[in-house]
Amino acid sequence: MNYFPEEVLEHVFDFITSHKDRNAVSLVCKTWYQVERESRYGVFIGNCYAINPERLIARFPRVRSLTLKGKPHFADFNLVPHDWGAFVDPWIKALVKGCPDLEELRLKRMVVSDDSLELLSRSFVNFKSLVLVSCDGFSTDGLAAIAANCRYLRELDLQENDVDDRRGHWISCFPETCTSLVSLNFACLKGEISLPALERLVARNPNLRSLRLNHTVPFETLKKILTQASKLVDLGTGCFVHHPKSESYHKLKNAMSKCKSVRSLSGFLDVAPRCLPAVYPICANLTSLNLSYAPGINGNELIKLIRHCKNLRRLWTLDYIGDKGLGVVAATCKELEELRVFPSDPFGPGNAAVTEEGLVAISAGCRKLHSLLYFCQQMTNAGLITVAKNCPNFIRFRLCILDPKKPDPVTMQPLDEGFGAIVQSCKRLRRLSISGMLSDQVFLYIGMYAEQLEMLSIAFAGDSDKGLLYVLNGCKKLRKLEIRDCPFGDMALLMDVDKYEGMRSLWMSSCELTLGGCKTLARKMPMLNVEIIDENSQRESALVDDRQRVEKMYLYRTLVGPRHDAPDFVSTL
Amino acid sequence: MSPSSLGVEGQRKSDVRLTPSLDPEDSGLKEHNYFGLSDCSSVDSSAATNFSGNSKDQLNLKATELRLGLPGSQSPEGDPEFCLLSSRKIDEKPFFPLIPLKNGIHTSSQMTAFSGNKRGFSDTTEDLMGQAYTEGKWMYRASGPDFDFPESGGQGKFPVNEGMLSSMPLPNSGGKSHVKEQSASQQCVVKDMPPKALHELSRTTSGMAHSQMSASNSTNCAPAVKAQVVGWPPIRSFRKNSLATTSKNNDEVDGKPGAAPLFIKVSMDGAPYLRKVDLRIYSTYQGLSSALEMMFSCFTLGKCGSHGAPGRETMSESKLKDLVHGSEYVITYEDKDGDWMLVGDVPWEMFIDSCKRLKIMKSSNAIGLAPRTMEKSKNRN
Repeated sequence: MNYFPEEVLEHVFDFITSHKDRNAVSLVCKTWYQVERESRYGVFIGNCYAINPERLIARFPRVRSLTLKGKPHFADFNLVPHDWGAFVDPWIKALVKGCPDLEELRLKRMVVSDDSLELLSRSFVNFKSLVLVSCDGFSTDGLAAIAANCRYLRELDLQENDVDDRRGHWISCFPETCTSLVSLNFACLKGEISLPALERLVARNPNLRSLRLNHTVPFETLKKILTQASKLVDLGTGCFVHHPKSESYHKLKNAMSKCKSVRSLSGFLDVAPRCLPAVYPICANLTSLNLSYAPGINGNELIKLIRHCKNLRRLWTLDYIGDKGLGVVAATCKELEELRVFPSDPFGPGNAAVTEEGLVAISAGCRKLHSLLYFCQQMTNAGLITVAKNCPNFIRFRLCILDPKKPDPVTMQPLDEGFGAIVQSCKRLRRLSISGMLSDQVFLYIGMYAEQLEMLSIAFAGDSDKGLLYVLNGCKKLRKLEIRDCPFGDMALLMDVDKYEGMRSLWMSSCELTLGGCKTLARKMPMLNVEIIDENSQRESALVDDRQRVEKMYLYRTLVGPRHDAPDFVSTL
Repeated sequence: MSPSSLGVEGQRKSDVRLTPSLDPEDSGLKEHNYFGLSDCSSVDSSAATNFSGNSKDQLNLKATELRLGLPGSQSPEGDPEFCLLSSRKIDEKPFFPLIPLKNGIHTSSQMTAFSGNKRGFSDTTEDLMGQAYTEGKWMYRASGPDFDFPESGGQGKFPVNEGMLSSMPLPNSGGKSHVKEQSASQQCVVKDMPPKALHELSRTTSGMAHSQMSASNSTNCAPAVKAQVVGWPPIRSFRKNSLATTSKNNDEVDGKPGAAPLFIKVSMDGAPYLRKVDLRIYSTYQGLSSALEMMFSCFTLGKCGSHGAPGRETMSESKLKDLVHGSEYVITYEDKDGDWMLVGDVPWEMFIDSCKRLKIMKSSNAIGLAPRTMEKSKNRN
């Protein structure tokens, strides 16, 4: 292949977009490596500490789209201290120097500052797309900078971020020349915005496809926006409260019924259920419905709404839907592929809970289901076995029984057999979260059958080190493992240390690890950062005694050694 | 819901029976003290003393009543810092964990109860006295109409009242989170009664790795236990927080008891009779003003006619808006200090908190209140 022109190679590589494929391509030979790296525009970095920005830019000088993930997944649940790390600042500074053509930045679980946003907005002329998911550290001032300075901004997507809302009318900062917006999502912001500015913004951006408002945007404004944004595909309502007999309401209903292109609906952060019929006209077109932030819609209203949504492929809802409502979903939404049922009352028994009945009904009716996140009061082995039989196509299966260590209420047995059935039946399972009372047996099943498993989350499960060993020995494709409150100790951790180099990360908290065990691991595997997070950092002596139990350990493979921005309570062994 | 209602009502009755010797104010406070969430005022302590004089059975009954309140917060046994509770906490071990909470005592218990739910809410609300006070205030407000309590009174009062109230049908009750918690607590009450519920509780408690709860303490409520574990259930804190805040703001609750409504009188100049509105069902000034327009449209019809365009036009909101907000009327409210203020200046939450009654004034009468509005009305006229 020596005479094969590189231009042709590059052209061929243009068609290869998946990261995994491109990574594979780059390993073929030096030429391919070179061609590939110079033609890679989109880079995905699953752990921002696995590499540093300088090396990234050195290898991929033409990067235009960068995706970065920072904190470990359990940071979502307050298990990682606030200032653990994952700062985007050094990345942006390096990109400013080395990649002036940057167009797109997607961050997840990272700490973003207003200064970073300001720098970002001023440095990249062609910047088009900013997506922030579960990030924090910034305020609406940073957003104002983005709005004001990114001339060709197409996408500003804020998902579930913790934003310091300074009510500084950041929406008003979009200049009159901004007409390129395709996607604007500010549903997670808590403060009020200038409504006239929003209306004008929507009016001058005819290509707007996705618009998600926050809860301060009232009914009237929504009505005005809908008449302007006729090409909307994805709509997130703000406040949906109005008198259903009012003229405003009828106007909205009319405007809504004209939005033939809306396929995805979310929001209803404040809602008067009597106003819900306004959306019935578009329900038949919906493929995605997210009502998980709408506690104002009770079970009956949910059911009424869902009966209109025959083409749903994705449904996110609160458990107000109940088992009965899930039965209705099963009967109505035959195309359903993804279901998420969130708890409305996470800390109480709740009278609006779902049980195994609902899930079994769904599995019987929605045969195309492949992604599930289900918070429930209880689950039975029989139920899980039935689900496994009905739906062998699960790719993501996450079950959270709200009561940790709760057994099968009928047989009082652990849920080993149920989850065992799931992993045995679902050969394409890539992500699994288990809960309830579980012994080592479930891990035996997982190790044996879950061959494609890439991510596993375990809490309050297992009896001994054997459990962890089953998993580590069995799941060859495991990349992310996160464990909390399980009796796994050093023996299991150290049995096969090379495995961790093939994984992105391992999180273990409130297990039986000792400092000595972690030190041994760190010594044997220099390509790993083994971080001990000790929140009682004043106990200096804690890090001396090797027999001391380690409360939180997070290890990940890295090419750049221990990080330099670790706070005091984090020590890399 | 009915079993829980029964359970609650049963509790309520028994509660009333238990405090015959106390004067009304004390008994009210006493109820609050079940949750041990009130500030330890001297009244509370006296109530406590009286209380400890009661029989153990009554104490236990009250212990069960605790569950009527917000989940996790109803443990008199849980919180050693409440002066009231300390007298009762003989057998029961504290079951609130050592989750570090920088706020006040009762706040910590309340907050652990919501565990992130409330915590998030408190974090987002600004208040002079800090999160503790805010939480208390929030909860207190809900108990407003049904119990005549001084505003600065115990923060703990609300939960008990809520629990009591939850058995009664509450019109226009907002605050789903209240609902959830109450329902949770109601469930707790019911569940604790039958013996098998104890089993569930102990199972629950045994599941808590980090819980400080004594597993043997059968009077502990399940929700309280659940609240103890950090990071469980695995829901994003953003979601937890927004569920707390948005549910509070929601309009209707079907079949679920919600926060006690906050009905205030609304008078309008020239109208023959007054109306009452429940401030809780609105979350913005916009919602309130729309509702007021609806309510008082009949009174302004006469005036509408004189403005031209008869029939449907006169009923149109834009017209009414002009009338109510523009040329003819301004909405004012009387605050805690008795001053008449223009509606719209302060954040909504602060407004609800301080508003005692509403008055829709003719702008010609609103001299000094809203000079801007006067100008506006002058311009329009």
